[in-house]
Amino acid sequence: MIDADVVVGLEVHCQLDTKSKLFCGCSTDYRNDGPNTHVCPVCLGLPGTMPVLNKRVIEYAMKVAKSVNCTIADESEFARKNYFYPDLNKAYQITQYDKPLALGGYVEIEGDDGKERKIQLTRIHVEEDPGRLVHMGNAERGRYSLVDYNRAGIPLIEIVSEPDMRSPKEARKFLNKLRATLEYLGVFDSEKEGSLRVDANISLRGSERVEIKNITSYKGVEKALTFEVTRQKNLIRRGLKVERETRHYLEARGITQSARSKEMENDYRYFPEPDLRPLHVQSWLKDIVLPELPDARRERFVQQYGCSLNHARTLTGELKMANFFEAVVAHDTGVCSLAATWIADTLAGELNYRSMGIDAVDPIKFGGLLALLKEGSITDKSGVEVLREMLDAVKQQKVPEDPKTIVNRLDLWKISETGSASSGVILPKIGQISLEVVIENVKKANPKAVDDYHAGRKGALNFLVGQVMKETRGKFDPSDINRYVTESLGDTLKK
Amino acid sequence: MAVHTISFEPDDRYNAFLKVCTKPSHGEGKLAGVAIAVKDNISTQGVETTCASRILQGYVPPYDAHAVELIKSAGAAVAGKTNMDEFGMGTSTENSAFGPTLNPCDAGRVPGGSSGGSAAAVAAGMVRMALGTDTGGSIRCPAAFCGIVGLKPTYGRVSRYGLIAYANSLETIGPMANNVADVSLLMSVIAGHDRKDTTSHDKPYNHTPSANIKGLRIGIPEEYFGKGVDPEVAAVVRRAIGRLEELGAVTVPCSIPSMEYALAAYYVICTSEASSNLARFDGVRYGPAADTRKSWHAAYQDMRKQGFGPEVRRRIMLGTFALSSGYYGKYYAKAQIARENIRKDFARLFADVDVLCGPTMPTIAFKLGEKSDPLSMYLSDILTVPVNLAGIPAISVPCGKVQGMPVGLQIMGRPFEDERVIDVAYAYEQVVKP
Repeated sequence: MIDADVVVGLEVHCQLDTKSKLFCGCSTDYRNDGPNTHVCPVCLGLPGTMPVLNKRVIEYAMKVAKSVNCTIADESEFARKNYFYPDLNKAYQITQYDKPLALGGYVEIEGDDGKERKIQLTRIHVEEDPGRLVHMGNAERGRYSLVDYNRAGIPLIEIVSEPDMRSPKEARKFLNKLRATLEYLGVFDSEKEGSLRVDANISLRGSERVEIKNITSYKGVEKALTFEVTRQKNLIRRGLKVERETRHYLEARGITQSARSKEMENDYRYFPEPDLRPLHVQSWLKDIVLPELPDARRERFVQQYGCSLNHARTLTGELKMANFFEAVVAHDTGVCSLAATWIADTLAGELNYRSMGIDAVDPIKFGGLLALLKEGSITDKSGVEVLREMLDAVKQQKVPEDPKTIVNRLDLWKISETGSASSGVILPKIGQISLEVVIENVKKANPKAVDDYHAGRKGALNFLVGQVMKETRGKFDPSDINRYVTESLGDTLKK
Repeated sequence: MAVHTISFEPDDRYNAFLKVCTKPSHGEGKLAGVAIAVKDNISTQGVETTCASRILQGYVPPYDAHAVELIKSAGAAVAGKTNMDEFGMGTSTENSAFGPTLNPCDAGRVPGGSSGGSAAAVAAGMVRMALGTDTGGSIRCPAAFCGIVGLKPTYGRVSRYGLIAYANSLETIGPMANNVADVSLLMSVIAGHDRKDTTSHDKPYNHTPSANIKGLRIGIPEEYFGKGVDPEVAAVVRRAIGRLEELGAVTVPCSIPSMEYALAAYYVICTSEASSNLARFDGVRYGPAADTRKSWHAAYQDMRKQGFGPEVRRRIMLGTFALSSGYYGKYYAKAQIARENIRKDFARLFADVDVLCGPTMPTIAFKLGEKSDPLSMYLSDILTVPVNLAGIPAISVPCGKVQGMPVGLQIMGRPFEDERVIDVAYAYEQVVKP
């Protein structure tokens, strides 16, 4: 079975980053405060209280709708979704049902075939977040649970896609694109814990659809879907049927697990929320101004800075990375291509490895590093070393040193024929040892490689060069070393 | 503002109050020192508010309903919380978890409901005014049965914020008193826009009742004198309308054909909304603590079975059914269509007449325990529910007696013409004044 048979649709719930909650004036900035400190009679759902719509939420949601090409409905309406759960203080969630705020629209992603593809959207609607349960011990066997209503009433939008994605990877790309767009709009903070939750529908063509509920991370979506594809394919391979069901994703174990069917047999008994009036907000659309969005910025990066399409895509795929890039090149427009590579490839990787955000990096200092690389004072390898020093310092909550200071301290200045470290010696020295000695030592230590080289195996040269680079800690230009080693081995290369 | 207290120690022989505030404080204003009884489904800060239900026993709201805030700032003293049918579900105040209220005119009869405690407190002279709520007649019915005046304002004219919801799209808070002038006075305090209630309108009430109704056109819907209406009650009401004609009003016979569906539509809508509104009472936050040894759903079931009375459970089940998938279109959606037709019927009539008049209730107050089957109780709401479905104002004013029991004249008006129904009631009251 090929992946073209995979069909994925997503329901993405994002917290909108407004100052106050959806239906009351309580602050949304609750994450660093104690439980039940950002609550009032309305968001506690006390008897007799009534919701009052926060217009800013609708503006934010309309920004999103406009940016992904949705149509704003002439009339939309809030509805009650009724179900019992201890975190749901009113025993219903105010959401939108048959009259959502926005319909249609699409998000463009780079498909698995490398071409731009439109993922169609079904709708976008606005709803309130429920509270949160804190289980004392295990959810099933724990003696009790506590309820925290700080989250109750936080505004959410649910973005529902058509089943238009063809692989878990495309789903990930869709999510990344959506996140970037929301961040560019300034309506969403992806770094806040729990700010994004995804339900994924997945089926193999011709089989039943499975819903995976409540995936809480970007990576989790791809992993959960990948797991599901394998599971479903295995079932079919063994002649079994995929059952139509709801499954939970267990983040820690990377697997999905069937939800007990009873738990999901809800009849939500939707009906219009009688305490709120229908919304007629189409006329607001003309006042909604969109900032530059990821696609436009990507194009600009290609045009203005000469970035490759891939680098431009990576750099503009996250608002902060794009801003960082522009801050770096604003200082020195001569480092554009170096900056693109070093940010999109090297820095992104090093940050990811350390689970750090790009905020941790000072664009001025990073620019200083690029300047050293640009003038050829250090090798790429040393550059990475300097970068790591800088990041590790931040990680230890220290102020990182200036790149030049680090280079001095670690003695990483590049040594080359024209380099300052050599004077009057044919081959430069590292400290007290000349490169000639290093090369001889490496040759002695690896006689087989030398033989192989003479036997005409070209790979052996790369190996020996690598060994010399290791011994010299990357302070020489690899091309220089290559030349010295070749010379030292003599012209005995036989074909 | 100076704070004073009054002493309030009533002889509550009719069980009108669930909670008496014996030394309520009050300030200055046009209601300075007036003791006002508040129905127990209206939130009062620091005073237990139960909706006459066990499930809310011990619940003390941390905030005042908007209407309560307003009467307090007008200088009134909250004298206590009055008995009612549990959550407003009833027409007799017999469905209270804390025992029925008796009718001060005849203690063997019900005071009507669901604002029976408020009506009895006024009728017995314990307080000058009271706040009631009207979802399907709950102010007008007890006003009629106890012989007092009660106004169901236009939907949206009085903020519902703090009114513990039974059926949001139908209900409203309204004034009850012994005479029209006091009802008007209390209305002038509680009406107006409230930011906290999105469905409220910016239509303050600053009216002084006028008895001049010369040339007023009164529609007499035949349905209000038809099947199910006690002929003696009908006769008393017709005589009252005759008095209005003597004052220069013109009567016009008319018909509300959609009324045939009013009761059914009403009970589908109110039970549907109730099933959702009352779902939050699960033992986690209110009422006696749930049994935590059980799983949460088992604890919820026990709690709700024990905490709600039989009529409340019946309506929750009816509403849950009506909203269920597969039945929504058959019941809830149909009820909304019927509601729209009723609204249109009223609009059509009000293009020709200024007000509609008829009896408030089809009978006089029934005897305690007389209506034991729910359906016959529901049927007694037939003349009051159309007003709630249409959202229009209506007042009940005493207009005579049958078997020694009071009869109410109901005057219904155009949306936001609460002033006019008050004027008609006032005109009638002036002419019959002893």
